[in-house]
Amino acid sequence: MLRNSLTTVGISVGVASLVAMLSLGIGLQQMASRRLVKSGLFDTIIVSSRREMRGMDRQEERSGPIFGESRILDEAARQEIERMPNVSEAYPDIRFATELRFEDKPHLTMVSALPPSARSNDAFEGMQGSFFSSDSAPEALLQKSFAEELLGKIPPLGVPEPNVAELAKALLGKELVMRFAQRAPASSAPPGGDQGNADIAGASYSVISREQKLKIVGVSDLDPESMRGPTRAKVFLPLKLAERLHVMLPTDLREIAHASDQPVYSSISVRVKNPAKIQAVEDAIKKMGFTTFSIADASRGLRQFFGVLYAFLGIFGSLALIVASIGIVNTLVTAILERRREIGIMKAIGASDSDVRKLFFAEAGAMGVLGGILGVIFGWAIGQLINFGTNIYLKRQSLPPENFWAVPWWLVAFAIGFAFVVSLVSGLYPAGRAAKLDPVQALRYE
Amino acid sequence: MTTVPAIPSTRATVAIRSENLCRYYQMGESTIRAVDGVSLEVNSGEFVALLGSSGSGKSSVLNLIAGLDRPTSGSVMVQDRDLAKMSREELAKYRLRVVGMVFQSFNLIPSMTVLENVELPLRFAEVDRGQRPNLAKQALERVGLQARMNHRPSELSGGEQQRTALARALINQPQLLLADEPTGNLDSRTGTEIMNMVRDFNRDLGMTVVMVTHERALAERYADRLIFLADGKLVDDRPNPSSGGHA
Repeated sequence: MLRNSLTTVGISVGVASLVAMLSLGIGLQQMASRRLVKSGLFDTIIVSSRREMRGMDRQEERSGPIFGESRILDEAARQEIERMPNVSEAYPDIRFATELRFEDKPHLTMVSALPPSARSNDAFEGMQGSFFSSDSAPEALLQKSFAEELLGKIPPLGVPEPNVAELAKALLGKELVMRFAQRAPASSAPPGGDQGNADIAGASYSVISREQKLKIVGVSDLDPESMRGPTRAKVFLPLKLAERLHVMLPTDLREIAHASDQPVYSSISVRVKNPAKIQAVEDAIKKMGFTTFSIADASRGLRQFFGVLYAFLGIFGSLALIVASIGIVNTLVTAILERRREIGIMKAIGASDSDVRKLFFAEAGAMGVLGGILGVIFGWAIGQLINFGTNIYLKRQSLPPENFWAVPWWLVAFAIGFAFVVSLVSGLYPAGRAAKLDPVQALRYE
Repeated sequence: MTTVPAIPSTRATVAIRSENLCRYYQMGESTIRAVDGVSLEVNSGEFVALLGSSGSGKSSVLNLIAGLDRPTSGSVMVQDRDLAKMSREELAKYRLRVVGMVFQSFNLIPSMTVLENVELPLRFAEVDRGQRPNLAKQALERVGLQARMNHRPSELSGGEQQRTALARALINQPQLLLADEPTGNLDSRTGTEIMNMVRDFNRDLGMTVVMVTHERALAERYADRLIFLADGKLVDDRPNPSSGGHA
């Protein structure tokens, strides 16, 4: 009985190692996709018209249709893209430099519009305050560095930055006044504000100077636009609000010749339902005549990394299991030798060869299942402990908590099933040997 | 006959018959003749003792009758079936249902309780799981051990262990009880207790008993017939002068 218990423990250790290895790999992978998906980096394509001189892909610039002939990235195009399969949304990039007055002091910065889906973006996880209350509310989100600027709290080099909570306390609920240039059709000349007429080559719309009051509702400690480098926005508005403002955008000047009342965009962000489909969607959009850019293009290396990591962990897990298997075979074979006498007794009282074989087989199977279950529990407990410990460390470093250990149900089933099967197979040879023992010889053993 | 057997023997009166039974072993160059041409008969319901010194072949003969071993040549017929011709499975069934066996060293399974040990033959006979404990308890009552049924063999005295072995031997209601030096590891008083039980089984249950022993006095106290073996051969076969003498 003790021998059987030890074997079961041995099996459980092997299974625990396997579960530990695989659950670490699965957890890391899940965490990575979660984070990466939330960052919007891996499921976003930036679409721009070839008419933009700032195309990212120089090769395409040269090979594609020349400027002036390629398709306009207008609302119709946007809707066509949004209707594609695998596309979850396509929203225009509305970004512009503008003046924001806070407590009567003007600040110049880049403003960008966010769709409602940005609520779940990684960058806003540690945000103070809250996301926009609606897609058209007159509200603004500030990035931390701009918040520092507003409060005059930009620290000199070397001095640690002020805590986001402190900044937020001073700013949440306060008002910003945004002054911007609005593009309106010339026929409807609204009262008030300066008027200028942009009456060039047949187009007719006016540029009106406008003001919009915005309530500060949130301050983000991370930078949602880090991807965009120096032109990144520091203040964010809800998308619908930004659209309604009809802010004068650089594209408008360029597209004067094609004046329609449809808005024209300099670029559109397209979010794909499944990062795996990015390539397919990009190709389809390219066929429409636009230029595309995605981080996924530049990140094949990352996927490769995960592939290797997974394989590595799987190998370690398998080694653990092979060791466990050898342990099982060893114990069962030893058991036969040590229980020779017992087998002889059983045969003497009338056990047939198959009775003995079945008995040992059943014992092996039971040890496998029990060891598997114990192993899963061990592996899970170890994982929880490591996860817990790591998160304490993360908390100390003021990093957000993370869960990088996952034990999905199929891993549990696989681990127990594997232990069971290995035990049965390992038990085949020993059980067969036991069955064939000669009772008279067996009874002679002590 | 002074008693009426509980299990009337409707079969042939001869329970065991061996003809020219031989069991040889090859040990390198030489052949060891453990059993060398033994022909004997045991009648149904008889109590026979196989006597001889160590190495006489008496245990080997018993093993052959038990179907634990196969003869090299010759036949051993039990209830008109030749064990030499039976397959391993058939022999196992035979050992399960026709034979009950007790040994000098008791041969209980140390990791099982008394009850589990006695139930073991029922498991192999595929008796319904619910019925097993009851049948086992009945057998234990018969040997007076029901109070110890949840103990392990290591917690029992020699006599109690042998009684457990007897209960186990009975459980499938065999017709044949084979005993290999059953009192060899017991003191004389306990030995007597055990032998009295064996005699009771013989008389009350009508079991045919073949007992191997090297103690002549013991054999003369209980057996109906004495068979003497030496060097693998049968040297004498006669009714016990000390008993009332069942022929």
